[in-house]
Amino acid sequence: MTLDSTSLTTVDVRKGTYRDSVALMRVSREVAAVDGVEAALVAMATELNLELLAGMGATVPPGTGPDDLVIAVRAVDAASRDTALSTAEAQLAAMSTGGGGTSAEAPPRTVRTAAQHAAADGHPATLALVSVPGRYAAAEAFDALEAGVDVMVFSDNVPLEHEVALKKAADRLGRLVMGPDCGTAVIGGAGLGFANALRPGPVGIVAASGTGAQQVMCLLDAAGIGVSHCLGVGGRDLSAEVAGRSTLRALRMLDADPATERIVLISKPPAPKVAEAIQAEAAGLATPVHTALLGTEGPDLSEAAAEVIAALGDSVPAWPHWFPEERPAPRAGALRGLFCGGTLADEATRIIERTLGPVASNTPAGSGGAQVLSDSPQTGHLVIDFGDDTFTAGRPHPMIDPAAREERLAAELADPDTAVVLLDVVLGHGAHPDPAAGVAEQLRAARTAGSTTPVVVTLCGTENDPQGLAAQAETLRRAGAEVFSSNAEAARRAASLAGPAA
Amino acid sequence: MTDSQLLSADPAVVATGADLFGDALTAQAVPVSSVDFRPPLEAEEEIDAALVRVLADPRRTAANAEAVDRVLAVRPQLVDVRPAAEALDLQPGTFFHAGPPVDWEHASGPLRGALIGAMVFEGLADDPDAAEQALARGAARLDPCHHHGAVGPMAGVISPSMWVFELADPQTGRRSWCSLNEGLGKVLRYGAYGTEVIDRLRWMSAVLGPLLRDAVRAHGPIDIGALIAQMLQMGDEGHNRNRSGTLMLLRALLPELVSSGAPSSDIADVVRFVSGNDHFFLNLVMPAGKLMMDAGRDIAGSTMVVAMARNGTEFGIQVSGCGDRWFTGPAQLPDGLFLGSFGPEDANPDIGDSAITETCGIGGFAMATAPAIVRFVGGDVDFALETSRRMYEITLAENPAFQLPILDFRGTATGIDVTRVLRTGILPQINTGMAGKVPGTGQVGAGLVTPPAVCFSQALKALADAAPPLT
Repeated sequence: MTLDSTSLTTVDVRKGTYRDSVALMRVSREVAAVDGVEAALVAMATELNLELLAGMGATVPPGTGPDDLVIAVRAVDAASRDTALSTAEAQLAAMSTGGGGTSAEAPPRTVRTAAQHAAADGHPATLALVSVPGRYAAAEAFDALEAGVDVMVFSDNVPLEHEVALKKAADRLGRLVMGPDCGTAVIGGAGLGFANALRPGPVGIVAASGTGAQQVMCLLDAAGIGVSHCLGVGGRDLSAEVAGRSTLRALRMLDADPATERIVLISKPPAPKVAEAIQAEAAGLATPVHTALLGTEGPDLSEAAAEVIAALGDSVPAWPHWFPEERPAPRAGALRGLFCGGTLADEATRIIERTLGPVASNTPAGSGGAQVLSDSPQTGHLVIDFGDDTFTAGRPHPMIDPAAREERLAAELADPDTAVVLLDVVLGHGAHPDPAAGVAEQLRAARTAGSTTPVVVTLCGTENDPQGLAAQAETLRRAGAEVFSSNAEAARRAASLAGPAA
Repeated sequence: MTDSQLLSADPAVVATGADLFGDALTAQAVPVSSVDFRPPLEAEEEIDAALVRVLADPRRTAANAEAVDRVLAVRPQLVDVRPAAEALDLQPGTFFHAGPPVDWEHASGPLRGALIGAMVFEGLADDPDAAEQALARGAARLDPCHHHGAVGPMAGVISPSMWVFELADPQTGRRSWCSLNEGLGKVLRYGAYGTEVIDRLRWMSAVLGPLLRDAVRAHGPIDIGALIAQMLQMGDEGHNRNRSGTLMLLRALLPELVSSGAPSSDIADVVRFVSGNDHFFLNLVMPAGKLMMDAGRDIAGSTMVVAMARNGTEFGIQVSGCGDRWFTGPAQLPDGLFLGSFGPEDANPDIGDSAITETCGIGGFAMATAPAIVRFVGGDVDFALETSRRMYEITLAENPAFQLPILDFRGTATGIDVTRVLRTGILPQINTGMAGKVPGTGQVGAGLVTPPAVCFSQALKALADAAPPLT
C-alpha cells in the first residue's frame, strides 16, 4: 500500500459504539467503492484493525480501543471524502434496520422434500407423478420410492435398464412403479396424466397401454359401469427384461382392494415366460381377471369391454355414435388414419388390414416405418401415430398440442387420392381443452374448398370429462364427421368407405 | 417400510416435471406438491448412467443409514493437549497440511508461506529464504492432516513442535487432532511467516500448550459436542463465528487455569490470548467434525461425503463408500469482503480443512443461526435462512443434537449425499476465510465458497464402478 501525499486521509472515531465486524466489512466495501476513494476502513479498533489503519496511513487518537468504531477514509479530494463519510453514515444507520428474516420457504427441489412438505401440510403424499425428461426420470422415481410413495412415470425415452433397476428397487420396497411412458392412471377417482373422468365402480384396470385403457374405460362408462382404479404399468412391463414386475404388483394391489370386484388386464402380448407368470398370478387371485391382449387375433378393445360388461351381468349396449344427416358413400382411393393414441392407431391398423390389405404405418401392426412420416402425399393406405417418439421429441404430445396432426389432416383432405380420413379425438384431464374444435375447423375449411372426403372419428371420452363428450361429438358431427365411441367400429366403418388403393 | 397407501388413502400427489399434470390434478381437488425440478449437474450420459447405477445399488440405503447413525453417535470430547510430535508421531522434517495431497511445486502461496514459517519455527532453516530453498529441494515430507486423523484450518500446517488438541469419542475410542488457533491477521495458517508469527508460535508451544494441557487434564474431558450445540443457539455457526464457543471453553477451563500454580502472568497471557481470539474455538469444532465424519468412513455402498478439504490449489472430497480416495477439482475463489485495501486480486483460492465443519452439518449449513455471516456477500437474513434450508435437499439426515432455533429448532442438515448434490445441482455452502496469495501476506478477507462440481461427478463415477452393474 502506497501513500499518495496529495490524498486526504480522514479518521473519525465513535467511542463505545459497537457494530458486528462482519457487518462492518460490508460497510467498508461500500465506502471503498465511492469514486475517488483510495482506501477505506470502517471497523472496531481492535489490534488487527489498528495495524490495518496504520497500513493505510491513518493515525488514530491515543486511547482508541476495541470498543470504539473507527471510520477511516483516504480520498483524492474533499468531495470524494465527504461522499465517502456520508456513505459510511448511511450504511451504519441501515445496519440497525433488519429485514425480519421472514422469507417464504423456497419450493422443494426434490420429491423427498415435497413429500415432507405434503406430510407437514396434513395430506401425506400417496403418489409421485414424474414427467421430467426421460434420462432424469429414474433418479426422481428412486427418490419417491425411498420417500415411501408409489410412482407414476409419465416420461418416455427412459432407458430400459433404468426401468428394470427402478422396478427391482420398487419390489424391495413394496411400492408400485407405473410406467415409464405411463400416459394414464386413475386412482380413487383422480385422473393422472391423460385420464377420463369416470364414475366410481367395481372394475379395476391394469394397463400396459394408455389409450387402450382409456378406450375400455370410456366404453364401460357408456354402459353405466364405473372403475375403481386404473393402474398403468408402461408398455415394456411385460417384456422378458422387465418381467411383468409392475403388472404382477398391480394385480395383487387390485385384488386386495375392497372396491375392485373384477380386474381387466390390457396389454400387448407378453413375452412367453412373462405370460405364464401373469397367468399363474391371476389364477391365484380371489378377484376374477379378464385379459385383453392387443395385437392378437383375440377380441379387440370394444369386444373386451363387452365381455367385462356381460361378465358383470349387465347387457351390452350399442356403442354410442353420432352421425351427420348425410352419410357418405364408399369411394375409390386410400384410407388415411391420423391418430394421437398409439393403441387406438394400432388397433385400427389391424382391423383395416383385414379388409383392405397392407397398411403403411408407424404402429407395431403396420408395415411402414419411417417413410409414413414424410409430409409428401402418399399412395396407398396409411395410419400415422402422432404420439410416436419421433413426433414428440422436443414437442408436446398431440393430445395436448394437435397442431401437427391438424396440418396433416388438411393435407390429406386436399389430396384427391384420399378416400376417407380416420382419426381419434381423446378427451379427459391433461388433454387439449377443446380438441374437436380444431378438427371441425379443418373439416369446414376443406368442405368450403370443395373437398367431399368422408371423415370418421373415434371419440374417446365421457360426459364428465372437462371437454364434455356430447358437446365434442356434436361439434364433430356438425362439421360432417361420423363419430364413434368404439374405435373398432370407427375403423371398420372407415375401411368400408375406402375403395381399392389407387 | 409401511404398506402402500396408494389405493386406500385419499390421493395426494407430488408432481415433478410438466406443470400441466399438476394443474389437472388441482382442478380435480387433489392436493398437489410441486417440485422445482432442474436438470442435474454435469449432465452427460455417463453421469446419467452412473447416477442410476448408484441409486439402484441395493446396499446404498442401509449403508447411508449406517453411516449417519455412526456420525450422530459420536460424542466428541477434548481429552488432552499435547505436542504434535507425541500425539501424531510427527517426525522432524515432516509437515502435515490442509486438503488433499500436494507437493511444493503445486503448493499455493499461503501453504508455501506456512511451510516456510514452520521450517524456521522448527529450526530446520535459519531464515525464510533458506527455508524456501530447502523446501524447493524437497527437504521436507508433506502429508495431508486428514491422513492422520487430524485437521488444520487454512494452510493447516502442523509441525512436530506445535501443540495439538486431542479429542476422543468415549464410545469407540476413536481420536482426532487439531492445531491451536493463532488468532487473526498475520498468522502462519494464512501464510504469514514474519518474526511476530514465529514468536507467537514459540509462546504457544512454551506457555499456551502446557497450560491448556494441565487445565484440561485437571478438569477431565470437556464435552465439545455440547459446547457446539450451545454455540449454535448463541449466534455462532462454528466456522466463521466461534465467539460463544470460545468463551464457553474459557469458562470451563478458567478454574483449572487459575488453580494450576502457573505464574499468574502466564495465566493472564493465556486468558487474554484465548478471549481475544474469537476463532480460538474453531480449532475444537474442526476436530469434533473430523471425529464425527471419520466414524462414517469406509461403509461399502454409502454415498455420504466424509471430508471436504482444500490445499489452496485443489478442493478435494472423500466419500464413505470410496475409502481414502480423493476426488479433486480446482479450488475456487471465495466471494466475500476484504480487509483494509485488499481486493479480489490479492486472494488465494479456497484453502483449509475447516470445511469439515460443513461436512458435519454446521458452518455454512448452519448459517441461519448466524445471520451476520451473510453480510460477507452482501446478503441478508433471508439469504441465511434460504441457505440453511437449501442444504437439507442434499443431506441424508438432521442432527438432533445440533439445533437451529430460527428454523424452529430443526436439526442441522447432516451427511452430504453425492447423488443429491448432482441431482439437484445444489453445492454445499462453505463459509471461509481468505488468505493472501503471496506467501507472507496473511489474511485478506472472508466470504462464501462452494466446491467445484467435478469433485462430486468424479465421486459418483467411482461409486458407480463399485456398485453392482444394472440388470
